[in-house]
Amino acid sequence: MSGARVLTLHLGLLVLLFALHFVLPAYHHGNLARIMVLAAYAVGYNILFGYTGLLSLGHALFFAAGMYGLGLMIQHGGATPAPAFMVGVLAGAVVAGLLALLALRTTGVAFMIVTLMFAQAGYLTILYFGEWTRGDEGFVIQQAQRLLWGIDLSQPTARYFAAWALFSTAFLVSLWLVRRPFGRTLIAIRENEERVRMLGYDTHAHKLGAMVISGTIAAAAGAAYGLLFGYAGASFASVQYSIFPLLWVLLGGAGTVLGPFVGTLFMFYLIDLSSGITSAYMLIAGVTLVLLTLFAPQGLVGELRARAFRWLP
Amino acid sequence: MELGPYILLASLEGAVTAAVLALTAVGLSLVFGVMRVVNIAHGEFFMLGAVIAWYVANALSGHPAIGFFAALLIAPLLVGALAVAADMTILKRLDYDPERTIVATIGLLYILQQLTLMTYGPEARPVEAPFNTRIALPWVEWGESGLSFYYPWGLSTTSYKLAVIAAAAFVLLGVWAMMARTKLGLVMRATQADRDMALAFGIPVERVYAMVFGIGAGLAALAAVLIVPIQQAHYLMGADPLLLSFIVVIIGGLGSLPGTVVAAILIGLSDGIISVFFSPTLAKILATLLVGLVLVFRPQGLFGARAA
Repeated sequence: MSGARVLTLHLGLLVLLFALHFVLPAYHHGNLARIMVLAAYAVGYNILFGYTGLLSLGHALFFAAGMYGLGLMIQHGGATPAPAFMVGVLAGAVVAGLLALLALRTTGVAFMIVTLMFAQAGYLTILYFGEWTRGDEGFVIQQAQRLLWGIDLSQPTARYFAAWALFSTAFLVSLWLVRRPFGRTLIAIRENEERVRMLGYDTHAHKLGAMVISGTIAAAAGAAYGLLFGYAGASFASVQYSIFPLLWVLLGGAGTVLGPFVGTLFMFYLIDLSSGITSAYMLIAGVTLVLLTLFAPQGLVGELRARAFRWLP
Repeated sequence: MELGPYILLASLEGAVTAAVLALTAVGLSLVFGVMRVVNIAHGEFFMLGAVIAWYVANALSGHPAIGFFAALLIAPLLVGALAVAADMTILKRLDYDPERTIVATIGLLYILQQLTLMTYGPEARPVEAPFNTRIALPWVEWGESGLSFYYPWGLSTTSYKLAVIAAAAFVLLGVWAMMARTKLGLVMRATQADRDMALAFGIPVERVYAMVFGIGAGLAALAAVLIVPIQQAHYLMGADPLLLSFIVVIIGGLGSLPGTVVAAILIGLSDGIISVFFSPTLAKILATLLVGLVLVFRPQGLFGARAA
C-alpha cells in the first residue's frame, strides 16, 4: 500500500516536471534546467549527508572532478560529449573513492575538516594548472562541441530534457537505494553506528559505498552542468559550491528523497529574486542557514514528514 | 641580492605573518579547546576588526597614531561583544552541538561578510601606520679584510613591522598569564577539562563559553588591527586567515595553546620563505594537504600528546 503511494508521488513529480516544459514561459525553462542539474547534485549529497549521516564540506571536489573531467576531455582531448561525460563521471567516482579511503578514518568534526581541506587543495590545484584550466576565468565549451548524438544541447528544449533525464536518473537511483537493504543499513549507521557494527555489518564498506555513490552522482551533475551550460570554471570547485548542496539539502529536508529538489528550487528562486535587489545575495544563504539550524533542523519535507506524512521515504 | 640577505628578508616578512597568525590562531584554538566547537566565522571576526579599524581611524582626525591606538582598543571590544551576542543568540540555543555549530557559523560567515559588503563596500582601504621608519639592515661578509658589515640594497624592514612582532608577543604572553595565573583562566581550564564537573562545582559554564567566544573573536580582531596598516581592509580578507589558522591549530594539536604558537611561527616563517622560492599557490596546496593528512593519520597534531 505505502509502496504504491510512494511510487505515485515520486513518479508524479517527474511527470509534472516533464509536463511543465509545455506550460511554463521560456524564461523559466533555463532556470528549471539549472535547478534540475543542481538538484541532482543535491540528491547525491543527500545520500551521504542525509542518509548516512556524514557531513562533507568537500563535495565541490566531486562536482568539479566531473565538470573538468568532461571539460578537459572536450577542450584538450578533442572528445565528443558522450565519452567525455563518462570520463567526468569516472573521475568523480575515483576521486570520491580515494578521498573516502582517507577521510573515513576520521569521524564527526575531523571528517568535515578533512573533506574541506582536500576540496580546497583540489580548488588550488585547478588554479595552479591555470595553463590548461584557465583558473578562475574558466573556459567556454563551444556550441559545436556540445552535439550529443546529433542533438544540440545548447538549445533550450534539448537542454531542458537532458537536465530532466539526469535529474530523473539521480532521483530514482536515490529512491531505489534507500528502499534497498543497503540503504536501510546506511540509515541504521546514521542512527547508531556502534549497534550496526555489533549486529555484524561491515559499516566501513557501507560508508565507503555511500561516499562513492554520492560522489559519482555529484560528478555526473558537474559534468552535465559543464555540458549543458557550456562553461567550466574554478569557482565551481570553491568552498561555496560545497556549502550550497548542504544548504539545499538542509532546507529541503535531509534524509528525504524529495528534500534535495524542494530545497534547490526554493533557494534558487529566493536568490534569483534577491539578486535583483542587492549584490550581496549570499546574505540570504547565510540567514537561511542560521535560521534552519535554529528552528527547523529537519527542513521543509522533513517537517512535513514529522507532522503529517510519516510514510515519506 | 645574494641568497643570505634574501632569506633574512623572507624570514622577517614571515615573522610578521607568524605574529599575526599566532594571535588569530590562538583565538580559534581557545574556542575549540574550551568549547569543543569549530568556529568557521573566525576569519570574518578578523575582517571586521580591520574594517572597524578603518572606520575608527577615519572618524578621528589628527595624528594617525591617535586613530590607530583608538582602533586597537575599540575594534577588539566591539567584535568581542558581537561574538558574545552571537554565542548567546545562536550557539547556546544549539547546545554547542559540534556539527550544527559548524553549519550555523558558516551561515554567520556569510551574514557578516555580506553585511560588510553592503555597508563598507567592495573597495580595499588602507589605515595609516602610527609610525613607519625604514630601517636598513646590515649583512656580514667575509672579505679580504676579514669580517665586515655592509648594507645590501633592498634589505630593510620598518619600525612598524618590528612593533607588530613585539605587540603580538606581548599579547600572547598576556593570554598565557590569563590562562595560567588568573581565576578566569582557572575557570576556563576547569570547563575545558570537564564541563559537567565544572557545572557541578557551580561554575557558570554558559557565561564562560560566551566569554571565551568573545575573547577568541577579540584576539582575531586585534590581529587584524595590527596587520591593517600593512595590508588593506577588504570584505573578503577573512578567508586566508581562517584557512591558515585552521592549518596552525590542527598541526599544533587541537586546543593546545603552546602547540598553536609553535605551529604559527613554523607556518608563518615557512610560508614566507616557500612563497619567495616557489609559487604561493603551490605552498597553499601543500599546506592544505598536510592538514588533511595530519588529521587522518595524527589527529593529536604534530606537537600534541596523544589524548585519551
